[in-house]
Amino acid sequence: MPLTEKLISSFLAFELDIDINSPIHSIRTNAIKKFERLGFPNRKLENWKYTSLNRIIKEDYTVFSKKKNVIDFKKVQDYFLDNIETYKIIFVDGYFDPFLSQTSHDGIDICIMSAALTKTKYSKIINKFFNKSANPEDSLTSLNTAFSKEGVYIHIPKNTVLDKPVEIIHFATGNEAALILQPRNLVVVEENSELEIIESHQSLTVNPIFTNSVTEIFALRNSNVDYYKIQNDVITSSLVDNTYVSQKRNSEVKVHTFSFGGKLTRNNLNFYQKDKAINSTMNGVTIIDCDQLVDHHTLVHHANPNCESHQDYKGIYSGKSTGVFNGKIIVDKIAQKTNAFQQNNNILLDNKSTVNSKPQLEIFADDVKCSHGCTIGQLDKDALFYLRARGIPKIDAKALLTYAFANNVLESINIPELKHKIKKIIAKKLGVSLGFDL
Amino acid sequence: MLTIDNLHVSIDGKAILNGINLDVRAGEVHAIMGPNGSGKSTLSAAVAGNESYEVVKGDILFKGENIIELAPEERAHKGIFLSFQYPIEIPGISVTNFIKTSINSNLKARGEDEMPANKMLKKIREKASLLEIDSKFLSRSLNEGFSGGEKKRNEIFQMAMLEPSLAILDETDSGLDIDALKVVANGVNKLKNKDNAVIVITHYQRLLDYIVPDYVHVLNKGKIVKSGGKELAHELEEKGYDWIK
Repeated sequence: MPLTEKLISSFLAFELDIDINSPIHSIRTNAIKKFERLGFPNRKLENWKYTSLNRIIKEDYTVFSKKKNVIDFKKVQDYFLDNIETYKIIFVDGYFDPFLSQTSHDGIDICIMSAALTKTKYSKIINKFFNKSANPEDSLTSLNTAFSKEGVYIHIPKNTVLDKPVEIIHFATGNEAALILQPRNLVVVEENSELEIIESHQSLTVNPIFTNSVTEIFALRNSNVDYYKIQNDVITSSLVDNTYVSQKRNSEVKVHTFSFGGKLTRNNLNFYQKDKAINSTMNGVTIIDCDQLVDHHTLVHHANPNCESHQDYKGIYSGKSTGVFNGKIIVDKIAQKTNAFQQNNNILLDNKSTVNSKPQLEIFADDVKCSHGCTIGQLDKDALFYLRARGIPKIDAKALLTYAFANNVLESINIPELKHKIKKIIAKKLGVSLGFDL
Repeated sequence: MLTIDNLHVSIDGKAILNGINLDVRAGEVHAIMGPNGSGKSTLSAAVAGNESYEVVKGDILFKGENIIELAPEERAHKGIFLSFQYPIEIPGISVTNFIKTSINSNLKARGEDEMPANKMLKKIREKASLLEIDSKFLSRSLNEGFSGGEKKRNEIFQMAMLEPSLAILDETDSGLDIDALKVVANGVNKLKNKDNAVIVITHYQRLLDYIVPDYVHVLNKGKIVKSGGKELAHELEEKGYDWIK
């Protein structure tokens, strides 16, 4: 059965398992109708011109893992951050794992979506924010909304600077021959509060995994959110990450995306500036090879005056890998004094690697500063010779130049333990033993 | 230490060096002079192993071993150092970390342990002060936004750190004012001893007032057309290059 049909018929089975009288259930039923109408996106759509999901959706995925699987912490320890305390929300094959997790209800709520969607004490926040910034016209978002049941729920009340970061890991055990996962996350950070999130998806086998994730972030007045995505999954896993960020006055939200693994990774990152004096930052480092594909589609909607957005994406491609960057910036007529910067730099290490880079600016205001730049090049031969002439072996010299190229973005990581982890992943990806302690 | 025998080098099929012969022994300073386009920089690049330059014929022997087939890093490990005419700007790597990586790469290639951090730091301080380099400068990105003089000083700083057996200074004097020239020359002279050798490549005689050569060679159209003592440099300064052409 084609995946589209399988998903639609699974929805009926899904309804037996959940409370269909809950107010959010009408959201789900509307969403499945939308997905039924739209189906999976294809390359005829402008937004999917360079990325085909065909090779991903041809697998016969199980829609819900039949059982809760348990994993031993020792076996997955390496995927956690070292030497730092964190809140932990861990899922295994789509189910919450209470043994690996460390949640909190101590004035804050760092817990799971299944609780938030069913318990009355969360209904006020759920009614106010759930599915309020996700794009109802997007087919994959609709698919996720239809099956929204489990994921991360974070609510940080006013005037709270979270004492430690929140670490989210979605493990897949491979107990199903192929599995689709659809985490649904909601993050609400109230006035004057601060939050850091580190998220990753990790399959423990080579059985195909397709994750279609939706995250909504609401950053209220003067709040600060740093969201780190580590995309370093095995080569048989694919991910479509739909993130919607809605910001209020004086808030600052940064999304950092580090893409090294996976078969196909598509990031749909959307920022909506709902008030004045907002700062939005998106940056990323992509280092891929073989026939990997990483696609960054960003959108910043400047809908109010005196706001800023900063985008800096670096990509290094080898083998037959493909990179896509599409950065859309909309500046409404009312959004005067907008500062919008966008930068996308790419290095192709092989003849067979490809990059498609496309800035898309729609500016309706007349007193704005918008700049965009995109480069596609190769590692500088002269620079390589310079390093080698100083005794640095070719493979290390290449790695060093790659690292230097990505350095700006790496420097934006505010958690030293995370920076160290990412540098280690990069060194491994580049096949060098250099510590990159630069 | 270095024997160049009938060296022919071309770039993209175009012959640049047409049979160079040169013998440099330990303890010596050689100057290679010549007009623009005579092949001076090609000679230095060929000795350092730049793969864009094709050795068509001839041999380069270093400490008795033919190094023609060796990668640039392998030549560096054996003790060859090239001070670049145009040092490359590399944003994102600091001077300190670059030199640390360089030194440890060389030690590792020679089968030695990495240099301990405190020893490294001490050496960096010592050599930086020899070249009158400010410590702030060391944490800046490699050559990025450096003035011409800062770049050259940084090259000699690297030389001081690496202590090569053979240093080739390619147009180290270009872009230097007289004060910077003195600092750089003084640095080179302090590093000079009976066991190492220096090849100074220059268009002008000016640098040779400070780094005094034992031998001067004049390069023209890819060949050494005249060799002599240090007085040859003065002669060239007076008469220009036309008389040797």
